[in-house]
Amino acid sequence: MTYLVGVLVLVGALLAFGGALGLVRLTTFYERVHPPTMATTLGVALVVAASILHFGLLESRLALHHVLISVFVALTTPITYLVLMPAALRRHRGDPAP
Amino acid sequence: MTFLSITLTAAQLLLAAGALICVWRMWRGPHAEDRVLALDTLYVNGMLLVLTFGLRSSSTLYFEAALVIAMLGFVSTVGLAKFLLRGEVIE
Repeated sequence: MTYLVGVLVLVGALLAFGGALGLVRLTTFYERVHPPTMATTLGVALVVAASILHFGLLESRLALHHVLISVFVALTTPITYLVLMPAALRRHRGDPAP
Repeated sequence: MTFLSITLTAAQLLLAAGALICVWRMWRGPHAEDRVLALDTLYVNGMLLVLTFGLRSSSTLYFEAALVIAMLGFVSTVGLAKFLLRGEVIE
């Protein structure tokens, strides 16, 4: 079971790293908005799943309160982008299309 | 070295590299909204790093710290985005 914890943490960290890497690799802001969502949904969910599994095995009870982090981040990221994207559109109104 | 500690080290290195990339994007810009986006991603990376430290030490104290970082990251990013949108945070 600890192997599963390790694999989950590693894949979650890879997704988070990919989300950050997209900030560098992509060229325009409207493209760069997309990759961090990969980190905030599946990346956080996998690391939290590893945490639930690890503490569940350690304390031999269901450590479900870790789900709070995953749910909170997954719910708040769209709200952040819903405020951020109109700001970007408003600030670049009249610019030629990127 | 167990399998878990090796994977945790690799995951922490990846998350730290991701945080560094976010700092680079915050430094370079080119627009203010790029910096806000990079700050949001930096918060998520830092929160995941705290969670992996909790896994390494098997201490439940890190859970609260990660939750607080997630909340503060949300509030600060929305505040900055609101400032970019309207020019003031609380109207």
